[in-house]
Amino acid sequence: MNRHLAIVPAHNEAGAIASTIASIHRWAPDFDVLVIDDGSTDNTGELAAAAGAKVLRMPYNLGIGGGMQAGYVYAKENGYQVAVQVDGDGQHDPRQIGDLLECLQADPGLNMVTGSRFLDDGGEGFRSSAARRVGIRIFARVLSAITRQKVTDPTSGFRMTDRRGIELFANDYPIDYPEVEAIMLMHTHRLRSREIPVVMAPRQTGESTISGAGSVYYMVKVLLAVFVALFRKRPIREAAATSAAIEQAR
Amino acid sequence: MSSFPAPALAALVSQRFGVIAVAILICVVIFELIRRKHLMERYAILWFCLGISTLVLAAWKGLLTTLAHAGGIYYPPAALFAVAFLFVLALLLHFSIVLSRLSDQNKILAQRLALLQQRLDEKESAEGEENKEQQPVHESSRAS
Repeated sequence: MNRHLAIVPAHNEAGAIASTIASIHRWAPDFDVLVIDDGSTDNTGELAAAAGAKVLRMPYNLGIGGGMQAGYVYAKENGYQVAVQVDGDGQHDPRQIGDLLECLQADPGLNMVTGSRFLDDGGEGFRSSAARRVGIRIFARVLSAITRQKVTDPTSGFRMTDRRGIELFANDYPIDYPEVEAIMLMHTHRLRSREIPVVMAPRQTGESTISGAGSVYYMVKVLLAVFVALFRKRPIREAAATSAAIEQAR
Repeated sequence: MSSFPAPALAALVSQRFGVIAVAILICVVIFELIRRKHLMERYAILWFCLGISTLVLAAWKGLLTTLAHAGGIYYPPAALFAVAFLFVLALLLHFSIVLSRLSDQNKILAQRLALLQQRLDEKESAEGEENKEQQPVHESSRAS
């Protein structure tokens, strides 16, 4: 069994799931693949199992956050040291999993690495629609100010966490639209994260969870969550544990 | 009240009995729901409070006026509306809290179910393969 896990959230992604799994197996052979079949009504789950992935079948559509958290619980309980999220719709390029891993392992004090579409050397990939970029920029500004660190792509779901990140997300993960809040969660628990440039593709199939009136709700809900998170206690103990872990690693 | 003309007084009295009847009805319905286990006691308490306070206010003629005046409100029905409104708000907030807790617990259950299901599937498919491996051995021993 590998010590690394790729968590692939998929909701009705029958058209893309098999090629995504094959691509992860090919470009990141050190990673076991766990597909979160989040209440699909098509045969996403069967296709994923046939492609050689482990499959968590959610009994109903839990939403991306609830599904991802189940993946982190799985990673925690099965002793995985590194977990990476790779969307089941083919947006994320498994060839870059190696880049994320290299970055994560280069700095033992680092708990999460996010693939950003907006870092300068990211090249000319797909960067979402104009309206969505405005929202992303607002979140990026707010989070950069709060975490006192440059955050360029807070909605990117292409991210890798170490064991401490896995344990944190297994215990506590935002329910819907989790990416932005997860960065706040890391900040609240004094875990460190950084971004590296990646190139994303437009989704092959399926539908985005965010559109129309939903996007207004999304903005308001996430900003509220971030604002409330500002008033949560930031445990010092965890910071001490992190620095102890760093010293041990050195 | 003596200044009211007789028909108005009669209407007022029958209205009072109407309110008392409604209050009693609320209490009876709540009680019956608990008896049939359609309503848990913890959620019934608030509703009982509502029924009983309606009953007391209807039966005790001067109480609402006294309370309203004590609170600096000179139009007693306004006091009643204010209290009723606050009661409904409190109840709705209570429901939102309960709903949040329920959906969180529900999420955890769903996740656990999926994790257990995956473990079971894995175990069963592993056992299936073991059986397949064992079967040829049995056949060959039978053949010899």
